[in-house]
Amino acid sequence: MKIGVCVKQVPAKDAPLVIAADAVWIRESDIGFETNEPDSFALEEGLRLKEKHGGEVVAIAMGPERMKQTIKEALAKGADRGIHVVDDQFYRLDPLSAARSLAAAVETENFDLILTGLQSDDQGFGQTGVLLAELLGRPHATIIMHIDVQGASMRLKRELEAGWFQWVDLPLPAVLSIQSGINKPRYATLKGIMAAKKKEIASTPRASLGVPETVTERIERIYVPHKSKKTEFLTGSSKEIAAKLIEKLKHDARVL
Amino acid sequence: MKILVITEQRDGKWNKVSLETLAAAQQIAQQTSGTISAVVIGENVAALAQELARSQLDEVLAIDHPLLENYTPDGFTIALRQAIEAAKPDLVLMPHTYEVRDFAPKLAASLGKGMIGDCIGYRHENGKLIFVRQMFQGRTVADVVFEGAAPWLATIQAGAFRADLAAVRTDGSKAPVNALGVELKAEQIRTKPGELFREAKQAVDLTQAPILVSVGRGIKAPENIALAEKLAALLGAEISASRPICDEGWLPMDRQIGSSGQTVAPKLYLALGISGAIQHVVGMKGSRTIVAVNKDANAPIFEVADYGVVGDLFEIVPALIEELEKTKSS
Repeated sequence: MKIGVCVKQVPAKDAPLVIAADAVWIRESDIGFETNEPDSFALEEGLRLKEKHGGEVVAIAMGPERMKQTIKEALAKGADRGIHVVDDQFYRLDPLSAARSLAAAVETENFDLILTGLQSDDQGFGQTGVLLAELLGRPHATIIMHIDVQGASMRLKRELEAGWFQWVDLPLPAVLSIQSGINKPRYATLKGIMAAKKKEIASTPRASLGVPETVTERIERIYVPHKSKKTEFLTGSSKEIAAKLIEKLKHDARVL
Repeated sequence: MKILVITEQRDGKWNKVSLETLAAAQQIAQQTSGTISAVVIGENVAALAQELARSQLDEVLAIDHPLLENYTPDGFTIALRQAIEAAKPDLVLMPHTYEVRDFAPKLAASLGKGMIGDCIGYRHENGKLIFVRQMFQGRTVADVVFEGAAPWLATIQAGAFRADLAAVRTDGSKAPVNALGVELKAEQIRTKPGELFREAKQAVDLTQAPILVSVGRGIKAPENIALAEKLAALLGAEISASRPICDEGWLPMDRQIGSSGQTVAPKLYLALGISGAIQHVVGMKGSRTIVAVNKDANAPIFEVADYGVVGDLFEIVPALIEELEKTKSS
């Protein structure tokens, strides 16, 4: 099976975020980055499918040079090669333009399956998988908790709200967005890290892909939300905080 | 401005967030001197369409087709594209449900348009509609605008608007209900949808618990959950968790709060070591009083907390337990 997995590098979960001067992104200097956690589940699922059915896993990322680190982590875990669409200003792309760029980059690959995480923890559009499917003319399913490949089709467990699930059958080739918790993502082994050094990452500048520059939506500015709720922060020693909190819950909020 | 609201139903029952979306549409219509058409899509939707016609809107469009009995992305995209082409709305509003997330970007892309998803609000300024959505897991928000010609597609986050504020007609009148015929062939639908089922025994209905003690990643290990359970016992509370805790198997799935789990509104919700990711907050932001304990002062959970403690739950929770045991024995 030829499997493509979209991976993205996002600011580390505990990175302090400062809005950039242009007010449409955050300041990238002096913060740590990590692989978008939802994508780890997609990558792990791709690796397991390769282990079961044979084939190759290709890690695909779009963004500045720093995104190569996330591709390398995927290679270290077992992906066979990487595709990096280089664009420093990737964050200015609307979801459709981003997906068009990725679709153009993988056009000739003819993947049997493309997997994405459910959403990125930075932009959080959650649209890439669905858009890729539409642009590539493939069927798709989202929020997937189980994949069973049966020849030229798949049986999938799709997650719905409130604890409900649904089985769906889908023919290959297809695009799936993978739900967190579908598997336990592996750690890269030392052997894998060493082997990754020899694996190929094909870099392509996004501009060379010839994707039309049509913009469908635009972020005017990002900002720290104005809080409608007033949070009362309790300070002091743990004992003091505990006493204060219980007092307030009893007499102010009257919930105890 | 002409607004088209796409409602969601399953087996003849509304997904309540459809009414929240209608409430949003009504607000926008008021500010833009707009009109509202609402789509009911599925099979045998006549009763629901008639019910919806009692709301404050201008038209109900009923899309009724045997191939739409069960949701599929192909079926819904093809049918709704025809609805949009027939109704020619400026704005298409949908609730940000799992089903909508599955087809709305496809529907937009098939029209060459963009979708602004999971909006928590909007503003109408200088004749322009600005949609507000969260980014960086709720740590920032963004003002987003559409570029280019209509139709513009947007989805609304659950709980961002109130279903009970969706205005109904008080004079007993009904909006016209018009059937919208769509062309749809079985071979166009590539998905074979199967049965819906639940896995967890659903042993506990967290929506009935007056107090919830909820744990997130900050609890660090399954053996530490006992500490939260001790606190819960003293408060007469149920224990619940964010998704990662249930994914790890440290608590059963029916203890999960969030978009995939249960949506709750207890009188008191204690979030221990929960960062406040959007998928979790959407399931508990309606709680009457929210207390958050987290080491990270920047954790988005503090956006929705009434009382916040920036600190170590392994110091705060034992102190709370001690304090509660004191008051019990006194």
